[in-house]
Amino acid sequence: MFVHVKDVTRTFGGVKALDGISLAVKRGEVHGLIGPNGAGKTTLINVLSGIIAPSSGEVILDNSPVQTLPAYKLAARGVARTFQNIRLFPAMTCLENVIAGQHLVALRPFFPRLFCLPSAGRQEKEHRRQAMDCLARVGIESKAHFPARALSYGERRRLEIARALASRPRLLLLDEPVAGMRQQEVEQVGSLIQSLAAEGMTILLIEHNMSFVMGLCATITVLNFGRTLVTGNPNQVSRHPEVIEAYLGASENNA
Amino acid sequence: MEALCQFFAIYGSLVNFIGINALLALSLYLTMAAGQLSLGSAAFAGIGGYTAGILTMKLGVPFLLSVAAGSILSGLVGLIIGLPVLRLRGVFLAIATLSFGEVVRIAVLNLDITGGAQGLVGIPNLTKTWGIYLALAVAGYTIARLRHSRIGWCFESIREDETAASAMGINTTYYKTLSFVLGAILAGFAGGLYAHLNYIITPREFGFSVAVDLLIFNIVGGIRVWYGPVLGAVLLTALPEILRGTGVTAGPIRMALNGLILLLVILFLPNGLVSIFGRTGQEREKAPVDAVPEEG
Repeated sequence: MFVHVKDVTRTFGGVKALDGISLAVKRGEVHGLIGPNGAGKTTLINVLSGIIAPSSGEVILDNSPVQTLPAYKLAARGVARTFQNIRLFPAMTCLENVIAGQHLVALRPFFPRLFCLPSAGRQEKEHRRQAMDCLARVGIESKAHFPARALSYGERRRLEIARALASRPRLLLLDEPVAGMRQQEVEQVGSLIQSLAAEGMTILLIEHNMSFVMGLCATITVLNFGRTLVTGNPNQVSRHPEVIEAYLGASENNA
Repeated sequence: MEALCQFFAIYGSLVNFIGINALLALSLYLTMAAGQLSLGSAAFAGIGGYTAGILTMKLGVPFLLSVAAGSILSGLVGLIIGLPVLRLRGVFLAIATLSFGEVVRIAVLNLDITGGAQGLVGIPNLTKTWGIYLALAVAGYTIARLRHSRIGWCFESIREDETAASAMGINTTYYKTLSFVLGAILAGFAGGLYAHLNYIITPREFGFSVAVDLLIFNIVGGIRVWYGPVLGAVLLTALPEILRGTGVTAGPIRMALNGLILLLVILFLPNGLVSIFGRTGQEREKAPVDAVPEEG
């Protein structure tokens, strides 16, 4: 197992956002995380990326415990993420957003830049090229020199994925990657995720778009009230009576 | 040539003062580049100024060495203050740094070695105009080159979104503290130069109103590029003299005038006066108009 969440609890005041949750994600798999609003999905992603620390329990990443590490150290272990409410760097251009995202893989030392050494120029060029590749991968290379805030909603989500890819992560956490996107964009992101997984990247994603999750994920975990309701392949999950009652049944009309 | 000499005879101290203010504005810019709103830069200048002044006057330390010592001490204090204080965000950080500034001012006012309210009197005039502008050129160039280096990208990312920056692998505590300490070092250096300019320094010269002035230089000039604060410092420092040249005595209304300019800039040029020159601010702001977002 690449990611192993063991009995993790996280409380906010008296509210148990995560109540003894356990989860295992295989290396190179696309793992879906679904559940009604308030089930603890985003909290789990926040714990996995180190944005918040669990109150108790253990998180194992690639055989070492990481539950006490801050976000920037988890990122250095190969965890990258996007945010449900999109956190781009709005004043930067798309290209600059991705270049900033290269922090972990690009050294960019100061002194060669200070003295304008040719090595600094070459390096910068190479980083721009790599950043353009990331933008091309999500299909917004034509917007490279636009400020991030000028993008449409769907483009912003894709830019956030491009920025996460810039650090060449091993585990990619996507919090509602296709929310608010047109069907065509949803399909593009779907095939992007498939190709990333084919390259060996492990992907854990939260999504409310059921056909997207069912079509893409090898394994799905359903959360409800901070607990794991059921884990299985899409077929098993969609037929599980408790899942139908807790989640799918309620949203049958608009799913 | 003669005209130039005459100009310097009249405006020499103004030219020096403009240079010092530009350096101080840059020191605040360094901290604000990482998105940290500090009102402590005047106090750091005070620490640097008093330390350097005391070292040259009372211990006979060579000029450059004492200025460097003041700068380093200011940086150390910045480190000690920065580590706990930078946990605060936005206006809370401003309040904390403001209280730090008041603590420094009151300490200087009550210590014997600093000369209390009368100030430190008898500091030799060793700072030369070329020295100030050489320092300004080096500081400006270094800060310009900092952009797009590792440190520059980290500062910019933290300013734009701290949570996203940390999820990207940036040690935000480290880089925020770095921006604070670098700002303190530069402010301390400028303070040291200032102390050796006027024969005397008093606590008032490093008080709250100076801290606010430095903030105004940054906002009026523009905080997106390094020359913004320099521009703001030059214009607002020279303004009272320019007005006097046209026959208006700006003395009593200087603060009101600064406030009016600040208001106009915030309303009409949110990226500061530098956006008049295009490229950096304005063009980026305009881009969304051409880029009609796809329907989604």
